Amino acid sequence: MTSTPFNFELNDEIELLRLVTVGSVDDGKSTLIGRLLVDTKGAFEDQLLAVTRKKGAASEAEVDLAMLTDGLAAEREQGITIDVAYRYFATPKRKFIMADCPGHEQYTRNMVTGASTANAAIILVDARNGVMPQTKRHAHILGLLHVQHVIVAVNKMDLVGYDQKVYDAIVAELRDFCGRQGVDDLICIPVSALKGDNVAQQSGAMAWYQGRTLLETLESLSSLDAIDTKPFRFPVQLVNRPQTPDLPDYRGFMGRIVSGAIAVGDAVVALPSGNRSTVKSIDSFDGALEEAFAPMSVALTLNDEIDISRGDMLVRADEPRPAGEREVEVDLCWIGDEPLTERKKYIVKQTTHSAKVMVSEIVYATDIHTLERVSTDALKMNDLGRVRLKLQRPMYYDSYRDNRATGSMILIDPFTNNTVGAAMVAGG
Amino acid sequence: MANNALSGRKLTQLKMLESESIHIMREVVAEFRNPVMLYSIGKDSSVMLHLARKAFYPAPLPFALLHVDTGYKFPEMYTFRDNFVKEIGAELIVHRNEEAIAKGMNPKEFGVARCCGALKTAGLLEALEAGGYDAAFGGARRDEERSRAKERVFSIRDEFGQWDPKNQRPELWDIYNGRIHDGESVRVFPLSNWTEMDIWLYIRQEQIPIVPLYYAKERLMVERGAMLIPYYESMRDQLLEGEEPTMVMSRFRTLGCMPCTGAVRSNATTIDEIVIEAAAARRSERETRIIDHGSNSMEDKKKEGYF
Repeated sequence: MTSTPFNFELNDEIELLRLVTVGSVDDGKSTLIGRLLVDTKGAFEDQLLAVTRKKGAASEAEVDLAMLTDGLAAEREQGITIDVAYRYFATPKRKFIMADCPGHEQYTRNMVTGASTANAAIILVDARNGVMPQTKRHAHILGLLHVQHVIVAVNKMDLVGYDQKVYDAIVAELRDFCGRQGVDDLICIPVSALKGDNVAQQSGAMAWYQGRTLLETLESLSSLDAIDTKPFRFPVQLVNRPQTPDLPDYRGFMGRIVSGAIAVGDAVVALPSGNRSTVKSIDSFDGALEEAFAPMSVALTLNDEIDISRGDMLVRADEPRPAGEREVEVDLCWIGDEPLTERKKYIVKQTTHSAKVMVSEIVYATDIHTLERVSTDALKMNDLGRVRLKLQRPMYYDSYRDNRATGSMILIDPFTNNTVGAAMVAGG
Repeated sequence: MANNALSGRKLTQLKMLESESIHIMREVVAEFRNPVMLYSIGKDSSVMLHLARKAFYPAPLPFALLHVDTGYKFPEMYTFRDNFVKEIGAELIVHRNEEAIAKGMNPKEFGVARCCGALKTAGLLEALEAGGYDAAFGGARRDEERSRAKERVFSIRDEFGQWDPKNQRPELWDIYNGRIHDGESVRVFPLSNWTEMDIWLYIRQEQIPIVPLYYAKERLMVERGAMLIPYYESMRDQLLEGEEPTMVMSRFRTLGCMPCTGAVRSNATTIDEIVIEAAAARRSERETRIIDHGSNSMEDKKKEGYF
C-alpha cells in the first residue's frame, strides 16, 4: 500500500459543515451524492464492489451510483429512498456530514429532519424540467428552517447540450422566488452528476460558467452562524453532585453552551428563578478553563448556592434575556399520523426543558402547492402552518431566526410518545 | 468583554463531535432510569468510554459498562479490558450466553450467522433484560455500513429489542425524544457522526489507550482466501484442510471474535502511522469482519436486536 502524506497540522484546522441534500431520484440526487463520495474517496472499494456485484456490472464505471446510497432492503426493492441517510466525506479543508433526504412530497418530514441541523443545502433541479413545484416547496422549507446557504445544482446539463440559456432561465426564476422565502445566500451551479461536470472537477463543456465547482463551493462556505457572538444561553442538562469522599460538596451544572460565551467571574442569571450569581469555575476533564463558548459542552460551578435544576437556563446578566412567556407563536411542520387540531394537548421539548402545551389557535396553514396562507381547522402529516401554543408554565425562548437552539422545539404525542411536530418560534 | 475576545473562535471538527457526543450522553443520564454502556474493548468503545469520562467529570461514571462476551475474544482484549477498567475505577458487568457456550457454539460447525446470533445478539438481549436497562449506549457509527447510515441517535427498540427501520422517530435539531413505553428500551449511539478516520484522529489527539492488536507486529496468521486470520493454539481444530499458520507483519483495523476477524498486512506501529494508513485506505474496515458479507446481513442482524 502506498501511503499518501497526511498533513496532521492542516487536520487540526478542519471544520465541520452540515449539509442537507434534497431532490428526487429523478433529479439525479443519488447520482450526485455517489459522485461526491467517489470523487472525495468517501466511498470504499468494497462498498462499490458490493453494489457492482449485485447489479452484475462489470466495472466501477458501470456502477449505479444511486445503489451506494439506498441503505435499506425495502428501498432497493422499490427503487425509492424512504428515510434520511447520513453520509460522511472530507476534503483536506473540511469534513462534511450530509443528510440525504428523499424528495417525494409525502416525505416532507424527512426533509425537515435533515434540514434542522444543516448549515447549507443542495437542491437538485433537472435542467430539462426547470423549476418544479417541489423545487419551490423545498426552497420554502429551507427558508423556514433558516438554512444559511442554499446551493441549487442545475443537473443533467449534458442532456440540454450544456446550454447557458437553459441554465440562466432557471437561475433567474429561482433567485426571484428564493428572495421571497427568506433564503439569505443562494448559489447556483450548472452540473452533470453523471459525467462529473462541475462537481469535483471544472467542466470542460461549460466555458461560460466561471464560478466554483460544487466541491469548491462547499469548502468555501462559512460554516457556523457565529453562534459564539450571540447572547449566552446555557440550558442545564444535569446537576452534577458526585458526593464522593474527595468531592463532598461539588455542585456542577452540566450542559452545552448553545450560543454565546462565558468566562470565570461573569455574572449570570438563572431562569426561571431570576436568581443571580457569578461563575466560579468552568470545569472539564482536560483541566479548568478561563472561558468557554458555543457549542462546547462544559460544567459550570457558581459562587452562590442557588436553586437550579434540569430544564432551567443560565444566561448572562449583562445581555438581553430570552422571552419568558406562557404562550408562543410557532411555525410548525406537522409530522404526526394523527392531525393536529385546536385544543389538543401535547408535550413540548425545547432544549432540556419539557412541559405540557395546548394548541390554542391554528393561525393559518401554508398551501404546499401555491405557498399561500389558508385557514384550516387541522394540520395533517406533512402540513406546514402557523400555530399558537399555550404553555403549562413559562418557557424561555428566542425567535428561531435569532437563535436556532432556543427557538426550536419538538412536540410529542403523550399517548404514542412519538415526535409529531417540529416547531420554530416565529418572529425575529 | 469576553464576547468580543472570543468572537470568531471556532471548534475543530473533532471538538464539535466531542461536544455533541457528551451532550447525547448527558441527555440519556438525565432522562433514563437505568442506562448502561456497551463496552466491546475495541477502538470505538475506547473512544466512547473516554467521552463518557469527560461528560461526567469530575464525578465517576454514572452507569456500568457491559461487555457481552462470546468467549472468542483475543486474549489481549481480555487483559486490556481488566486492566483498563480497574485503572479508571469503572464498574464492569460481563455477560456470556452460557447456554450456547456450553453447547459448544462455534462459527465453523454452526455457521457464522447462527454463532453471532446466539453469542452476540441473544447474549446482548439476555444481558439487557437481566440488568433491567432502559437505555444502552453503543459505539456504532453511521459510516460503517449502509443500513447504519439510516440509524437514529436514539434508536427505539420494542420489548424484543428489535429495530423497525421503516418506523423510526424523526430526530430534529439536537432535541432527543427519550420517551418510551414500559418494556421498550432505547439504544443510543453517541458516535453516530464519527467516521473511522475521526476515531483514529481522536485516539491520537487524546492519547487514548487501545488494545495493542491495533498496532502492527509479526503475528501468526492463517491465510484464508483474501483474509488473514490470526492463529492461536486454542484454534487448532478450527483450521480448514491445508491451512498452516505463518508469521506475518500485520495489524487489526477492527476487533471482533478470533475466528471471524481478519487482520491486514501493515507496518503501522504508531498511531501516526495508523492515521496515515487509514487516510490512504481504499477498502472499508468492515471488510475484515466475516459476518458482514451476506446480502443484507447488518440490517437483518439489527432488526433481530443487534446494535
